[in-house]
Amino acid sequence: MKLSRSARITLGTLTAVVLLFIYVPLLLVVINSFNGDRSFGWPPRSFTLEWWSRAFQSEGVREAIATSLWVALISTAISLVLGTLLALALQRHDFFGKDVINLLVILPIALPGIVTGIALNNLFTTVLGVSLSLWTVIIAHATFCMVTVFNNAIARLRRTNSSFEEASSDLGAGIFTTFRLVTLPQLRSALVAGGLLAFALSFDEIIVTTFTIGAGQQTLPVWILNNLFRPNQAPVVNVVAVVLIIASVVPVWLAQRLSGDAIGTTRSRKKASPGITKASSTAR
Amino acid sequence: MTSAAMPQTSRRKTAPAGPAIRLVGLSKRFGETTAVDSVDLEIRSGEFFSMLGPSGSGKTTVLRLIAGFELPTAGVIELDGKDVSARAPFERDVNTVFQDYALFPHMSLIENVAYGLRVRGVAKAVRRQRAAEALEQVQLGSFLDRRPSQLSGGQRQRVALARALVVRPKVLLLDEPLGALDLKLRQQMQVELKELQQELGITFIFVTHDQEEALTMSDRIGVFNKGRIEQVGTPEEIYERPNGPFVANFVGTSNIFPGTLGRSLYGRDDRFSVRPERIQLRPLPPEGPGTGIALTVTALVYLGHATQVRGTLPDGTTAVALIPVTAGRGGEFAVGQPAVLSWNRQDVVWLPPAS
Ligand SMILES: Nc1ncnc2c1ncn2[C@@H]1O[C@H](COP(=O)(O)OP(=O)(O)O)[C@@H](O)[C@H]1O
Ligand SMILES: [Mg+2]
Repeated sequence: MKLSRSARITLGTLTAVVLLFIYVPLLLVVINSFNGDRSFGWPPRSFTLEWWSRAFQSEGVREAIATSLWVALISTAISLVLGTLLALALQRHDFFGKDVINLLVILPIALPGIVTGIALNNLFTTVLGVSLSLWTVIIAHATFCMVTVFNNAIARLRRTNSSFEEASSDLGAGIFTTFRLVTLPQLRSALVAGGLLAFALSFDEIIVTTFTIGAGQQTLPVWILNNLFRPNQAPVVNVVAVVLIIASVVPVWLAQRLSGDAIGTTRSRKKASPGITKASSTAR
Repeated sequence: MTSAAMPQTSRRKTAPAGPAIRLVGLSKRFGETTAVDSVDLEIRSGEFFSMLGPSGSGKTTVLRLIAGFELPTAGVIELDGKDVSARAPFERDVNTVFQDYALFPHMSLIENVAYGLRVRGVAKAVRRQRAAEALEQVQLGSFLDRRPSQLSGGQRQRVALARALVVRPKVLLLDEPLGALDLKLRQQMQVELKELQQELGITFIFVTHDQEEALTMSDRIGVFNKGRIEQVGTPEEIYERPNGPFVANFVGTSNIFPGTLGRSLYGRDDRFSVRPERIQLRPLPPEGPGTGIALTVTALVYLGHATQVRGTLPDGTTAVALIPVTAGRGGEFAVGQPAVLSWNRQDVVWLPPAS
């Protein structure tokens, strides 16, 4: 498509404005985490590592980081197992009602977090009668983290030939051997991408978390929320926010790269598999 | 490929007397489609058997049923006298060379070929040794660590063959293995495959839609049409004595003459066929067709080794004759001009009444 000069200038300006609008505030947070002035006078007159060192000396922050890591790792692990199995079931077998199940599996990522949160809170406390803990958070996160794994895995399965699995079986391999030696290696990069996204989703999740976390426990986002309005914590909150940005951006960036050229046939990012869009998930 | 050192299993002399494969009333339906329609077939041990038929006639489905990738809707599959109808592919002593080769893209050639041994628990050193030998025999000994994506179609085909044969199956199933190769390579591979099969004495079931390929390679041929087997026989039987118009037409072109002509010439009401190369054609002499049959030439096609002359009989039947190069280039015929057909009585093949 050939754009006229004025159209190009308009589009370029629009893109620049949108990007500035998104990234300037983030940049401010990053800079302020090094700002020597406690009241964040602008422009910064001096830089300091004090907030960073205070943050990492804070028992609360360290515990929150550990909690978030734990929750994200375990819910990612659960998502990897369940997402892969569901993708295999739905892609390699034909059965009645398959499309409906497919939709039901990916729906949780579109559901508003507050709905998921209330529903799961209800399920845990009223129906099942279990007390809220990190495990209830992990299970809650897995319901939507699984979707990124599922989407990446099923997109890869659609592109790979099922005759590889037939060939393996033909050569004498049982179902599990075929999965381990043929299916899994072909899924590997898709699973890593899906897993990274799942990790990022879980690590910065807050709404569902607040409804499913036990008393006295906090993940990193919950810690920020609890400390946001304490004036003397403000500089440390900035530092924690930067940690959170890094912990969510790096996995997404890695996942993007991985699924871009995983198959080796196309290097174009335009055709990135459906699960890769974090946009749909950040809407929650 | 030189096949001398390929794994030697059941040599033909020691092969058991019973059929290697027996299909009884085998049917497979996909929803509304009947892909295979109550097929009965016995394939002998050590034979090169071709399944020949047009696209969509059910050949691949029969092969997939034998391999175990599909389960039959009805009927029984016996391998070596044992009913395997419900067994999984990895429980059947047959191996497949897939139409698209299905080489594992994430493995090197030697890993691909060693795969069947690996899943059988053969020690690494042993299986690598045997896989390397097998690749050596298909002249890919210097490519052991390449990936399938770095090979040409013909090379992939050889790897697929080595991978299937290294586990020493009783029966090898080949689904149009030469379909993707260019003509010259295909002809070369036809010879090599046939030699290999004779060396090994393994039963080959070879699927093809190319009648020439089936005729030149096979011990016996089964001709498929719409999920059914029309005729089973040696290439000569199939070619010389087709049992119906479908076989007569699919296996080489044939002239099919109507029952009315049968009655007027031979006093028999059946349709009959005559191969184009058995027909003599001459320009219409001034005194009339005599004992021959008059026809009007509608097309002349130069084929290199012969000229094909097509024409129409007075009753509208079309006929084809081949004039070999040695008999001139068909220069005495012209489109729109009359000519005279004749043939010898022994070249007539009677066709059963159409069902
Ligand atoms: N998995 C399938 N699902 C539905 N229809 C199929 C399937 N496999 C084959 N068929 C149908 O069965 C018929 C026979 O196909 P096939 O065995 O592939 O024929 P051939 O190998 O002789 O070309 C075709 O009409 C084809 O469309
Ligand atoms: Mg086929």
